[in-house]
Amino acid sequence: MRDAEVRRLWAANLLCAASVVLTAVVPAFFLDGFTVLGTHLTWLCVCSVCVGTLNVILCLVLKPSLSPKRSSLGNKISRFLKCCIYFFMSCILFHAIIVLYGAPLIESVTETFLFAVLLSTFTTLQCLCMLGPNIQAWIRVFSKNGATSIWENSLQITTICSILGAWFGAFPIPLDWDRPWQVWPISCSLGATFGYMAGLIIAPLWIHWNRKQLTYKSR
Amino acid sequence: MPYTTQVIEKGTSYSFIAEAKPPTVTMPRIKALMTGSIPGFIDVVVNLNSPALLDDNLIWQAKTAGKRIIFYGDDTWVKLFPKHFVEYDGTTSFFVSDFTEVDDNVTRHLDRVLKREDWDLLILHYLGLDHIGHVTGPNSPLVGPKLREMDNILKKIHISLLSKEGEASLPSLLVVCGDHGMSETGSHGGSSEGEVHTPLLFISSAFEKRSGPLTQPELVQQTDLASTLAVGLGLPISRNSVGNLILPVVGGKTMREQLRFLHLNGFQLSRLLEENTPAYEKDPGYEQFKIAEKSHGNWIKLYLEGNNSEILMNLGKKVLKQYLEALKTLSSSLSKQVAQYDMYSMMVGTVIIMEVLLLLLLSVPKALSSRAEFEVPLSPSLFSLLFYLMCLVLCAVHVIVCTSAESLCYFCSMSWLTALGVMMLISALMCGILSAIGKILENSRLPVKNPVVSSSSWSEVDVLMLAGTIGHVLSLGASSFIEEEHQTWYFLINTLCLALCQELCRNHFLLKECDPQHGTSLKQNFDGIREASDCKNIDVPASGNSKLDKVASSAEFIKGSDKWLSLASPWIILICCRLLRSLNRTGVQWAHRPDFGHWLTSSEHKSELSFLAAVSLVMIFFLVQRRCSLVSKIAMALGLLGVYSYRAAIGNVVFPWQHDSKDISKGITEARFVFVFVLGIVFTGTKDLLKSQVISADSSVKSTGLWEVYSGLVLLAALLFRPHNLPVLVFCLLIQTMMTKYIWRPLKFDAAQITIMHYWFGQAFFYFQGNSNGIATVDVSAGFVGLESYVEIPAIFLTAFATYAGPLLWAIHLLCYLSSEVSRNAAAVGHGCFCYALMRSIPVAIYIVLVTGLRYHLFIWSVFSPKLLYEGVHVFITAAICLFFTAMDQNHSQKVQD
Repeated sequence: MRDAEVRRLWAANLLCAASVVLTAVVPAFFLDGFTVLGTHLTWLCVCSVCVGTLNVILCLVLKPSLSPKRSSLGNKISRFLKCCIYFFMSCILFHAIIVLYGAPLIESVTETFLFAVLLSTFTTLQCLCMLGPNIQAWIRVFSKNGATSIWENSLQITTICSILGAWFGAFPIPLDWDRPWQVWPISCSLGATFGYMAGLIIAPLWIHWNRKQLTYKSR
Repeated sequence: MPYTTQVIEKGTSYSFIAEAKPPTVTMPRIKALMTGSIPGFIDVVVNLNSPALLDDNLIWQAKTAGKRIIFYGDDTWVKLFPKHFVEYDGTTSFFVSDFTEVDDNVTRHLDRVLKREDWDLLILHYLGLDHIGHVTGPNSPLVGPKLREMDNILKKIHISLLSKEGEASLPSLLVVCGDHGMSETGSHGGSSEGEVHTPLLFISSAFEKRSGPLTQPELVQQTDLASTLAVGLGLPISRNSVGNLILPVVGGKTMREQLRFLHLNGFQLSRLLEENTPAYEKDPGYEQFKIAEKSHGNWIKLYLEGNNSEILMNLGKKVLKQYLEALKTLSSSLSKQVAQYDMYSMMVGTVIIMEVLLLLLLSVPKALSSRAEFEVPLSPSLFSLLFYLMCLVLCAVHVIVCTSAESLCYFCSMSWLTALGVMMLISALMCGILSAIGKILENSRLPVKNPVVSSSSWSEVDVLMLAGTIGHVLSLGASSFIEEEHQTWYFLINTLCLALCQELCRNHFLLKECDPQHGTSLKQNFDGIREASDCKNIDVPASGNSKLDKVASSAEFIKGSDKWLSLASPWIILICCRLLRSLNRTGVQWAHRPDFGHWLTSSEHKSELSFLAAVSLVMIFFLVQRRCSLVSKIAMALGLLGVYSYRAAIGNVVFPWQHDSKDISKGITEARFVFVFVLGIVFTGTKDLLKSQVISADSSVKSTGLWEVYSGLVLLAALLFRPHNLPVLVFCLLIQTMMTKYIWRPLKFDAAQITIMHYWFGQAFFYFQGNSNGIATVDVSAGFVGLESYVEIPAIFLTAFATYAGPLLWAIHLLCYLSSEVSRNAAAVGHGCFCYALMRSIPVAIYIVLVTGLRYHLFIWSVFSPKLLYEGVHVFITAAICLFFTAMDQNHSQKVQD
C-alpha cells in the first residue's frame, strides 16, 4: 500500500467532513434565519446536495476505482441513468425502512423523505461513485474481508458509521426533555451526520493502525 | 353544564380542585374520600376484589351516629361498606361498553328518594362518564350529552333540596366530586394532570352568596373531603385521616366555632402522628400545633372575659392562621410518612436477588454446553468455614440493626427461625458464587484459546442481541424510557428483523456465488440418500428421517419461489409489526395520537370491527389447525365460532343478519361454551404429552401434544382479547409460522439465539396488545368473561393471562419449536429454559437495584412502582413457564437414559 494513496484518502475524507461543517455555517450568511435546528429541512437539502456534489467531484478527480476500459458515450449515459435510478430506489428503500421503524406514514412525509435522501447521500451515493451500479461489487465489498483497496475499506467504515449514527440518533426521541433537537427527524439526521463524519475520520486512522495486516488481493 | 355553572357563578357554593394521589383507580380513591387516608399502591391489586373496609371511615361514623344512608351506583361502595346502607342498589362497573344503563340504574330511584324524608345521607355514584372515557376517549361526541344529563340530575336534586329547606330545620349540603380524572386517552390510573385533578363542589343554602367575580378555584387534597364532611355533619373525624378541614366551607360560622373545628382536626392529626412516629415531639407540625393550641386557649380566655370584639377578631384570625399552618405541616409530614422505606428488608431482598442473578450468569458457559447441566454447588459450601463465618456476621448485623431501628421493619418482625433461614440462604449463595468464580478461574487458566475462538465467531445477530439486552436494561433507569418501553422493544425487533434479512441475503447470495456446483452435488447426494431411505423406510428411525429432511430442505431451499418468499419474510414481518404498532398506541407521549384501535371501537364502525374480527378468527383457525389432530380441529373451529357469538352477545360485534342491537347480555353461556373447548383441547394435548412420557418414545406425539396445548391457549386468548385486538393474535401466529419456516429452520440458529428472539417478540407483543407500564391499561374486563360475579381465583388468572398473553404464547411456541428441534440438538429445551430464565432475571434484578436507588425520585409512584408491579407478575409467570419447560425436558432426559 502506498503512502500517497493514504494521503489522498486523508485529503478526500477531510474535505468531505469540512463540507458538512460548512453546510451548517455558510448558508446562514445567505439565508435569513438559517439554523440547523430551526430550518432543518433547508439544512437537510443543502447538506445532501453539497456532500453529493463533493463526492461526485472527488470521484471524478481522484478516480479511486479504475474504470476497467474506456467506454463509449452511450455506455456512460446508461451508466449515469442507472446510477440515478439506483439512488432514487435507495431513497425509497430508506424511506420505507424509516416508516417501518415507526415514523409517521402520512404526517411529515417531507421530513422523512429528506432524511432518507440524506442517508442515501451518505451511503448509496458513495457506493455508486466508487463501485458504479454493480450490485455484485457491492455485495463483495460489504461481505466479510471483501475490500480490495483502502478506498473500499473507507467506504465500508463510513457507510456503517452513518447508519449506526442514525440508529443511535433515534434513542433520545422518547425522552421527555422537550428539546428542539428531539423533534423528528432532527436527532436521527444529526446522528447520521455525526456518524458519517466520525466514519470519515475513523477510516484513515483505522487503515493507518492496521496497515501491517492489510494486504489486498488483486481480485 | 349550564345549571351547575350558574350555581357556581351566582349561587351559594364553593368550588375547589381536589388533587387525587396516584394510583387514580376507583377503589383507592373511594377509600381516600371516605377515610381521608392515603391508600397504598398495593390497593390497586385488590381494586377488583374490594373487601369490606375495616378502617375507621366516614360512613361508619355516620351509621353509628344513627344517620340513615342511601346509596345508588358503583357497587364498589357496597362491597367496601357492606352493611352500612339502609337502602342500596349497586351497579357492576365492568361492562365498560355500557354508557346509559349504568346511569339509568341510579337515576330511576332518584325521584322516589327525593320525595321521601327518611334519609340523612344520599350517595350517588354515576359511572357513565368514566365508561365513555374508557371506551371512546375524552373527546368523544358522547361526552356532551352525558354531561348535560348529569347537569339535569344535579338541577333536579338541587331544586328538590331547596324546596325541602323551608320545612327542615337544618340546611342541606350537596357535594359534587369525582373519584379520579381522565387522561388524554380517556383512561385513568396514572398521575397525569388530567387524571389527578378532580372537581369538588359544595352547594348549600347555608353558604353566603358569592360576592365578586369568579376566581380560580383553590387546590385542595382529595383527602380533605373526609374531615370537612365529618366536621360538617358533626361526626368524629376518622382516625387515619390526613386531611385538613377546608376552611371556607365553615366560613359562615362564628370565630369560636371555626377555631373549635380546627382544633378538633389538629388534635386528630397530632394523635395520628403520635401513633406513627416515635419522635413526634420534634415534628415542626406538632410544635406549631401546640403553640396554636396555647394561643387558642388564650383567645378563649379573652372571649369569655368578653373583650373588645375588634381585638378578639384580629387575635382570632391570628390563631386561625396558626392552626392552618400547623395543619398543613402536620398532614404533609403524615403523607410523607407513608413513603418511608424499610431499607433493611429491601437490602436483604436485593442481595438475595443479585446473588441468584450472579449464580445464573456464572453458570452460563456450563449450562449452554452440550450437556446442558445446571447445578448450584451448594452442598460443599455448606460445610466450609466461610459459610459459618458469614452466617455469624450476618446474624450479628441483624441483631444490631433490629435492636437499633426506630421504625417498623418487616424483616425484623419475622420470626427468628425464618430470619436465620434467610441468613443461611444468603451466605450459602455467596459461597456458591465464590466457588463458581474459583472454578471458572481454574478452567480459564488451562485452555486459553477457547474463549478467543468463540468471541471471534460472533455474528451480527449475536452482537445485536447482546447490545439490545444491555441497552434495554440500562434504559430502565430513565422514567421516560419506562413510560415508552414499547418503543425500545419495537426498535429492537425491527433491527433484529433487518439483521435477519441481512443474514438471509448472505446465506442465499454468497452460497450461490461460492459454489453452485457444490450445492447441486449436495442436493443430488441427498436425493439419492432419500430415495434409498424411501425404499427401506421401515428401518430408518424417525429422528434420522426428519434430520435428513431438514438438511435436504435447506439444500433445496436455494431454488425456486421459496427463495424469494424467504427473502421477503423479514419484510413481511416488519410490515406486520408496523401495522400492529398503529393498532394500539400506548405509553404516555404519543398515546393521544389517533390509532386504529380507537377507530375500530367507536360505535360508528361496528360493522368494520365485526368484519375484522370474523376474518381474524378464520385466519387464526387456518394458522393453528395445520398441526392439530382432527378432534382438536373441530373443537377449535367450534370454539372460535363461540368466541364470535360471545362478542356478539355482549354487543361488541354484530352478526350480518342482526341489524339493530337490542338485548345485551353478559354472554355467560357463550363464554362457558368456549371454555369447555379450551379445556377440551388442552386436555387432549396433556393426554398426548403424558402418553409420550409413559408409553412410547415417539417425539411426534409429544410435539402434537405441545401444539394442542398451545392452540388451546390461543383459543383462550381469542376469547379474552377485545375484538379489535384479534389481529394481534393473527399476526402473532403468522410471524411465528414464517419465522419457523423461512428463518429459524434454514439458518440453523442455536437454542439460545432462538430463545432470545422469542423473548424479544414476546415483549413486543405485550405492548402490541395495548399494554403499557401504567396501571390504566390493564384490561380488567377479561377477568369477568364467563363469570356471573366476581370470583377471585379465576378472575385473577384470566386477567393475568389476557395481560401477558403475548409473552406467554411466544414462550409456549418456543417450547413447541425447541422440542421439535430435539433431533438436531438434544439439549435444546434445557438451553431454552435457561436462557429464558436468564433473559427475565437480568432486567428484573437490575431494575430492583435501580428502583432502590431511585426511591426518592419524583416519579417513583407514578412510573417506577407500576413497572415494578408488572415485572413482579411477569416473573411469576416466567417461573411457571420455566417449570413447564423443565417438566418437558425431564421427560426427554429420561427417554435418553432409557
